[in-house]
Formats: sequence, structure tokens, C-alpha cells
Amino acid sequence: MPSQIEGSQAVARAVTLCRPQVIAAYPISPQTHIVESLSDRVRTGELAGCEYLMVESEFGAMSACIGASAAGARSYTATSSQGLLFMAEALFNASGLGLPVVMTVANRAIGAPINIWNDHSDSMAMRDSGWVQLYAESNQEAVDLHAQAFRLAETLSVPVMVCMDGFVLTHAFEQVELPSQEQVDDFLCPFVPQQALDPDDPVTIGAMVGPEAFAEVKYLMHAKQVAALDEVPRVAHAFRESFGRPSGGLLKPYRLEDADTVVVTLGSTLGTVEEVVDGLRDDGLRVGALGITCFRPWPLTEVREALGRAARVVVVERAFAVGAGGIVGQNTRDALRGLPAQVYDVVAGLGGRPITRAGVRSLVDDVLGDRLDPTRLHFHDLDHALVQRELERSRHGARPGPHAEHMLRALGTVASGVHDGAPG
Amino acid sequence: MAFQQLKLYQTGTFVAGNRLLDPEQRTVQARTGRSNSLTSGHRACRGCGEALGARYVLDAAMRATDGQLVAVNSTGCLEVFSTPYPESSWQLPWLHSLFGNGPAVASGVAAALRAQGRDHIRVIGQAGDGGTVDIGFGALSGMFERNDDVLFVCYDNEGYMNTGVQRSGATPPAARTANTKALGPEPGNAFGQGKFVPLIAMAHEIPYVATATVADLHDLEHKVETAMRFRGARYLHVFVPCPLGWGAASEDTVKLARLAKESGLFPVLEAEHGELTDVSPIRRQVPVEEYLRPQKRYAHLFGDPGRPDVVARLQARADRTIARFGLLPEGED
Repeated sequence: MPSQIEGSQAVARAVTLCRPQVIAAYPISPQTHIVESLSDRVRTGELAGCEYLMVESEFGAMSACIGASAAGARSYTATSSQGLLFMAEALFNASGLGLPVVMTVANRAIGAPINIWNDHSDSMAMRDSGWVQLYAESNQEAVDLHAQAFRLAETLSVPVMVCMDGFVLTHAFEQVELPSQEQVDDFLCPFVPQQALDPDDPVTIGAMVGPEAFAEVKYLMHAKQVAALDEVPRVAHAFRESFGRPSGGLLKPYRLEDADTVVVTLGSTLGTVEEVVDGLRDDGLRVGALGITCFRPWPLTEVREALGRAARVVVVERAFAVGAGGIVGQNTRDALRGLPAQVYDVVAGLGGRPITRAGVRSLVDDVLGDRLDPTRLHFHDLDHALVQRELERSRHGARPGPHAEHMLRALGTVASGVHDGAPG
Repeated sequence: MAFQQLKLYQTGTFVAGNRLLDPEQRTVQARTGRSNSLTSGHRACRGCGEALGARYVLDAAMRATDGQLVAVNSTGCLEVFSTPYPESSWQLPWLHSLFGNGPAVASGVAAALRAQGRDHIRVIGQAGDGGTVDIGFGALSGMFERNDDVLFVCYDNEGYMNTGVQRSGATPPAARTANTKALGPEPGNAFGQGKFVPLIAMAHEIPYVATATVADLHDLEHKVETAMRFRGARYLHVFVPCPLGWGAASEDTVKLARLAKESGLFPVLEAEHGELTDVSPIRRQVPVEEYLRPQKRYAHLFGDPGRPDVVARLQARADRTIARFGLLPEGED
């Protein structure tokens, strides 16, 4: 039976059903509701046989998960933004050691300037950490991806992060079909670790490796990710068999059949894009969408297959590589190498700025009208006047001061609706 | 195991040699049944105090837990010299993750064992002073305040020896390191800095805190056994001279550890739940100079013209430690 439930609560319920044995977490918005709820569930005994560690930092959270997983326990944590970056060193360590930790990332912007709202700067910064990255389109998918993540992680002995848009999903009340304990128990086999700390069979884990074998160990990490390209669809298929609904997988093609223009995106933006595609189709335009559910490993062949017939590919992403361009855009361009498709890198929705249907529609209109330069990184919805004013101001005076504070002052009190009213 | 003839000796420093003791009181190292958790063949330097300390700590802990022990190791000399791929000197389950997270990893292992109903298996975390008092300090404090069932052992050789002998928060004043060279008007490490983590551990009111040196290995083993009788967070800070980093002769490791204690510079103590319960008294007090002179890291204090003023400040530091912890029996100070 479907429940009307907050995304974080739904995810906490889903994680509970997966029966983690160790949860270690440190609070950060917008992940807090997930870990608070899990704490409740451990205390009430709903999540029995689980140790919940309230650690001193995200670095400690991931480190405790590393220890717990190496001792053979199913381990889970959740974080966001700065917290994910604070974990960075431990993320690479968990994947290097091949430990199947599962983590929810409630996607949030990275400071400075500090900002608690949604974008994908956090998980994208960790894209090369050796973790599988799955992006949820909806709260239903966030729930479903957690069961899949544990199965995937433990099958391949690789850590998996489930990314869900902070606030947009974590704090949204939606109708969600929550699985039963029996369903999840049937879907997830008990965790049999590929390596474990055991006095009856002592092993050394985490030895120092020099040039003689380092590349080989790293090669095996890569091979495991490549294997995940087969395993992710397999797990999604098994999920559909067990739960009767499609969820997960590598990609989500939407009305791609004859599309000559395709919008590529990740996470909750996909729903908005699909609605825009419907409208464009109604207008007789051959536009489709492609959702990237699995960004790491990068499904290069599948992306090439899905987009190979398109003339224009518009990649809308909530993060970018500062000084370089789009991140998903670069990966997409790589997948389309040698094909005629023109790829447009569009950065949108940074720091919680809404990506609206009207915005996406006007973006596609611009692409179709050749008003977007495909050789340049495009910042959707950028307040050019504000940027110009600040650049102009910085040109005068030897010490122009902090940009962020000046730009906020120039905007006026946003909450009061008074814009451009404050003295500059 | 083949019978191995043990070399027994009397140290002349009031430390009892094994042959004076009943077999049951002899060190774990003196027994043929010892576990050799850190076995031979590793790449530690000759005279390494840390290797000596770790060997005693782990074998004593193995004996205390009947072999039901897991070790977590922070990055550092001990990790590097014991596991050059594909070899390993560890004969117990052993996990190395990172430099700054040893205590948190150990907490995770302990939590997993509890969740699995296997908490008869005990967890020991180990790191050098850098991994304990500096980069791992947040994780250590977190492990303490949660009272996780971990014995964390710091092998304190007073600097970052693995990276080439740089200063740590446990480096003593005036000591020369690679980034506190004997240059300028105040040669060596600065006075008025550094921290003594055993006291900070005590402030967490954890069940057991102790210090020890590799000069008194009976005492070290005793403290490990005592620590293993407690559940919850425990901390053992072991003073381990580093011949390479200190510029000392490799055969002087035990002697220097003894002089550190006997000069009053390093207090050997025990505490339970935040209260000091015992100190090892100085048996034959020596001036700090006797401890400092054999070490090249203090050579700038004894050259020509030398720095008697700095030596005097170090003596004052030892005197303060002696007074603070009551290290000299009544009437002798």
C-alpha cells in the first residue's frame, strides 16, 4: 500500500528493511532527517541487531563504516555536501579496500559561499573515488535504489552511494510504495564478506603496496566498476521481478526513438525535463530525454547507443568543473566521440536555484534556434547584470572585498521582495 | 615449537629479570607459547622502540584475550615496516585504513563485533604519536567519549619519523627535528607547546589510562593485561625511543627509555575513570642531561658554547613533572 511520506523517512524505512548491522553518522543538512529517523528505529528496536555510532565527524563516520565492514558487518551512513568532502580520504580508502559500504548522499552545494540547498557539486566532486554512484529521480526510486545498492555492493564488494536531491527529494512528501520486510529479505541475501577480520583466520587488510603491484590493484578496482555495468542492470531486473516495478538500471531513456534533440540530466530534474519533452512533442518537435541513473561507472557504450542518432544533446547538470566545463557533459562528449552530435554543456540549479519547466523549455528553444554556442559552457538562468556589476566594482579599488556579500547587498533583502533597492 | 634458550639478565636498575621470577610471573615474551603477533622479518630499524613496544603489547593482549583479538593500525612506521606487499608480519587479524582515522576504524570494528554477537573478540587500535595526538586526535576523542570498547595504544617516539623526522604535538621542547632545526636564537622545538595526551584521555573519564616505557616490559605487559580486564575505551601511551629520529645508538633504546622515566621527563602512571591511581616512582633519579646527551637531537645544547640555559629549562620541566605526579618518594625530592 502506498504511503504519503517524507523522502528522508521513506529512505530511513528502506534502509531499516535492509537490516544494516552498523550505522555511523554525523549530522549535516539536508541528510539529518534520515539519520535521526534511523536513530529512532534502532532505539525502538524496529531495526534490531544494529549498532548506531554517533561519531565526531563525517571522516569518523566513513572510517567507522570501514572498520565495521572489514569486520564483516553490513554498514551504512548518510551525508551531504561538506560532509562528503570531509570523508574524501576515507571514500577512496573504502573503495580501495573493496568494502561494500552503502551511503546516501543528500545532494547539496559546496561552499564557499556556504549554501545548504541542492545541487550535485558534492557527489560530482567524488565521482572518481571508486564508488558506484546511483542518482534517484524520485523518492520512490530513492527507496528502491537502497535495496539495490546493498545487493550490488555486496555482490561486487564495492561501495555504493545513492544520491538523492537534498530538500527537493529528502524533504518532499510524496506517495511512496514501501516494500515489506519479507520482500527485502528475499531480495537481499545475508552479507557474506569477501574478506573479514577473524581471529580464526587472520588476514592482513590494508598492506602497503609499491610500484610492483599498485597498478594491478587499481586495475582490479576499475575492472570491478566495469563489472558493475553488467551488474547494475541485472540487479534492476531482479528488483523488477521481485517488486513488480521498474527502478534503477544504468539509464532512463524517455521518448528517444526518433529524437534529434535530447536533454540529458540526473536526479529529480529528470521529471521536469520529461514534462517539457511531452510539451515539445505536443508541438511536433522531435525531442527526448535521457536520465543518467548510474553515473559511476560511466555507461559509455549505453550512452553512445542511446544518443547516437541525436543531432543535438543538451546536458543539464547541477554541477560543473570550475575552469573546465560540464562534468556529465564531458563524459557525454567522450561517449559520442566520432559521432556528429553537438553536445551543449548547461549548468543549472546551482545552490538550490529551481530548474523550472519554463526554464528548460526556453533552453531547448534556444538550442533549437541555434542561439546557444556549443563551444562554451552555458550558465542557465545566470543574473548577468549582477555579475557585471560586481566585476565592474572589483575593477576599482585595491581591496574590493568579498564578492558574495557585495552581491547579496546588491540584490537587497530577497525575502522581502525588495531587489536592487539597497545601496550598493 | 623447538625449545629456545632464553638469555636472562639483571639490568641493575631495579627491574626484575625473568630468572628471578616464578614462571607464572615471567613476561609473555619469555614464554614459548607467545603468539608472536608481530613476527620477525619486518623492516623496522635496528633498535626500534616501537617494534619492541608493539611486540610486547600485542602478545600480552593476545594472551589476555586467549587469542581473540583484532588490531587496527593507523598509517606510520609500524604499518609501513610490517607490511611491504606481499609480505606481512602480522599473525593476527590486522586492518590498516588511513593515518588520521585509526580510533574511528577501531570503533567500527568493535561495533560490528557487538552487532554480530562476537564481542568476546577484542579490539586494539595502534598508532604513533602523530596518528594519535595530532591527525587522529578528533577520532580518538570521539572514541573515548562514546566509551567504545577499544584499547588504543600510542607508541610515542616524539615525532613524525616515517616521513623523515618532523615535529609532532608530542615532540619535546628543544628537540631538533627536520622542521625544528637547531637554527636561530631558539634552536630546536619551541617551549610552551605540545600536549600530553594521557591527561587529556583522563579528562574523558574513560575506564583506564596508563603510560609505560619499553624500559620496563613487565610493567608494560601488566598494563595491557589490566586494560584488557576493562570494557569500554582504554588508552595506553608507550614511550618508545627512535634511534633514527633521535640520533641515538640503536643499543641505547631501552636505556634512553629508562632515563626518560628516571629523569622525570616522562611520567609512568595509571588512572581509572579520570582519577590517578598509581605512579611508578623514580628509583634512581638522574639529571636530564644524562638523558639528553646521548641523543643527537639535543647535540646543540652541549656543543661549544652549548646552551646550559636550555638544559636548565628542561630540568625545570622534569622537576615540575616530578612534583606534579609525586614521582619521588617522600623525602627524596
